[in-house]
Amino acid sequence: MNFLFLRRLRTRSNKRWVKDKLFEFICQLSVLLAVAILIALLWSVFSTGIGRVSSQFLTSFPSRIPQNAGVKAAILGSLWVVGITGIVAIPIGVAAAVYLEEYKIRDSKLTDFIQINISNLAGVPSIVYGLLGLELFVRLAGLGRSILAGSLTMTLLILPMVIIVSQEALKAVPRTIREASYGLGATRWQTIRYQVLPSALPGIMTGIILSLSRAIGESAPLITIGAVTYISSIPEGVNDRFTVLPIQIFDWSSRPQKGFQDAAAGAIVVLLAILLIMNSLAIILRARARR
Amino acid sequence: MVDQRLRKISFASLVAATVAIFVAGCNSGESTATDKPEGGTNATTTEKLSGSISIDGSSTVFPISEAFSEEFGKEQGDIKFAVASSGTGGGFKKFAAGELDITGASRPIEASEIEAAKKNNIEFVEVPIAFDGLSVIVNPKNSFAETLTVAELKKIWEPNSKVKTWKDVRSDFPAEPIKLYGAGTDSGTFDYFTKAIVGKEKSSRTDYQASEDDNVLVQGVSGDEFALGYFGYAYYEQNQDKLKLVKVDAGKGGISPSPETIADGTYAPLSRPLFLYVNKKSLDDKPEVKAFVAFLLSKAKEIVPTTGYVQLPDEAYTIAQERVDKKVVGTSFQGAETGITITDLLKRETVK
Repeated sequence: MNFLFLRRLRTRSNKRWVKDKLFEFICQLSVLLAVAILIALLWSVFSTGIGRVSSQFLTSFPSRIPQNAGVKAAILGSLWVVGITGIVAIPIGVAAAVYLEEYKIRDSKLTDFIQINISNLAGVPSIVYGLLGLELFVRLAGLGRSILAGSLTMTLLILPMVIIVSQEALKAVPRTIREASYGLGATRWQTIRYQVLPSALPGIMTGIILSLSRAIGESAPLITIGAVTYISSIPEGVNDRFTVLPIQIFDWSSRPQKGFQDAAAGAIVVLLAILLIMNSLAIILRARARR
Repeated sequence: MVDQRLRKISFASLVAATVAIFVAGCNSGESTATDKPEGGTNATTTEKLSGSISIDGSSTVFPISEAFSEEFGKEQGDIKFAVASSGTGGGFKKFAAGELDITGASRPIEASEIEAAKKNNIEFVEVPIAFDGLSVIVNPKNSFAETLTVAELKKIWEPNSKVKTWKDVRSDFPAEPIKLYGAGTDSGTFDYFTKAIVGKEKSSRTDYQASEDDNVLVQGVSGDEFALGYFGYAYYEQNQDKLKLVKVDAGKGGISPSPETIADGTYAPLSRPLFLYVNKKSLDDKPEVKAFVAFLLSKAKEIVPTTGYVQLPDEAYTIAQERVDKKVVGTSFQGAETGITITDLLKRETVK
């Protein structure tokens, strides 16, 4: 009887062991698949586009002759738009998240309603934000088809994402930290400012960088608000007209000449490079904040 | 524990962000006020012109606007060009609101669009700039479809078409299913093709592969032995090794599109003029716009062919320049007309 019991135990644990290994294997496979797709994508983009990237390409304006075309105006336009978008969206987004997490009255119908709306807004197609931006900023506010109008439209687009991710980061801060702070007689502002926000900073920054990466890759809302496709001057201020890399890529890839397809591939490499630089900067900053 | 330094950094960035927003806000107020007169000043300079030229409109015309902007920019370094491509209809909307100096169009202006412009006291000078030929294309392996008549094309493309196989088009064609590729419903190409072939604008069968991007159509037809598609001639020109042209017979025998047949109007009904509409107020007040229009009409012969389109006869550009000089407003084109040359059209009285 004792023997039988042991045997049963072993077979059962064998089965469990198999399941355990199988699950591990499936997870590994998923990671491998994701990495393989990323490598394949990067390889195909870089192998077709890298040959076109040169200092001439980076410092020239668009041209009707594919070999002379460049992305100077588009790079600067993209940086301007993402920069202003960050400056506007980050404080508003983080402040909204702080309110919803730290100040909201529990079980209030209003905050629940706001919460559901923010989640839904995060899923609205970007072109809809473009239409909103056209009416609100370009026409009503009279900003024209400027960098400022484009950046504010992008702000609307990424705000829900910034808020949601910042909220998650704030939720992850242990209650005990807040309680200890209050226990020492700190006010709510002091608690948030000196304890909660610094602890949540790495998570918030992850959210911000994901949102800004989305903003730099969008073209539809900017086309809607009237960003240009060819521009002969570089933007000097927030009221200037502009173009961005995704619009330039979209235009070149739809041209009949083979040379423009190469230019589009080159511009994609530039866009990816900017994204990778932005992301690595964020990772470095985050690692510092954790220390 | 988070150290003192980080606290300072995060607080400083918060302050910096707030200040930046404030400054941005102020800036916008100031310079919108100073921006406006900028275009009109510098009127009497004999040297290089400055100011700004704002162009929008058809994405078909965009490569032409871009080419001329680039070339004129080389001569006159101080002019700021902003060329967008939000479509013929979208361009006319902004043009009617007085937001543009010039708008490109792949079809003549419509009566409703003239009305809209009139409401805002916007008058325009019509400048035809180039021809675009739509090409009907099959796969190079296709050995039977050499020529298609306009009636056969209509049978294929009309709404609720019964054509499922090539045999349904002509009885001696093989009974292979016909795969159709054509323009997406938002493009001017779609409007023009349906009007010229089916007879009514935007009237087309819907069970075909549609794309606004002609390169997608090129890929489709080149990869499918029994495909048939239509798109801009420039896309055929750049992909000749992968595609085969179909001659179009409008009753006078099959004609292939080529720069010659498109320009002299024999490739009918699938060649169309492309236009630029110039705001008369800009012509009056902005010397850079006037100089730009004169530049493009004088250089069109050389520059238009490099953009993949076909140049108009010399005489057409001369007449167009006369119209610009006399500031003749209104249009002399009504819908897609066939069997009349562009120079004759230009000599007609305009409708205002």
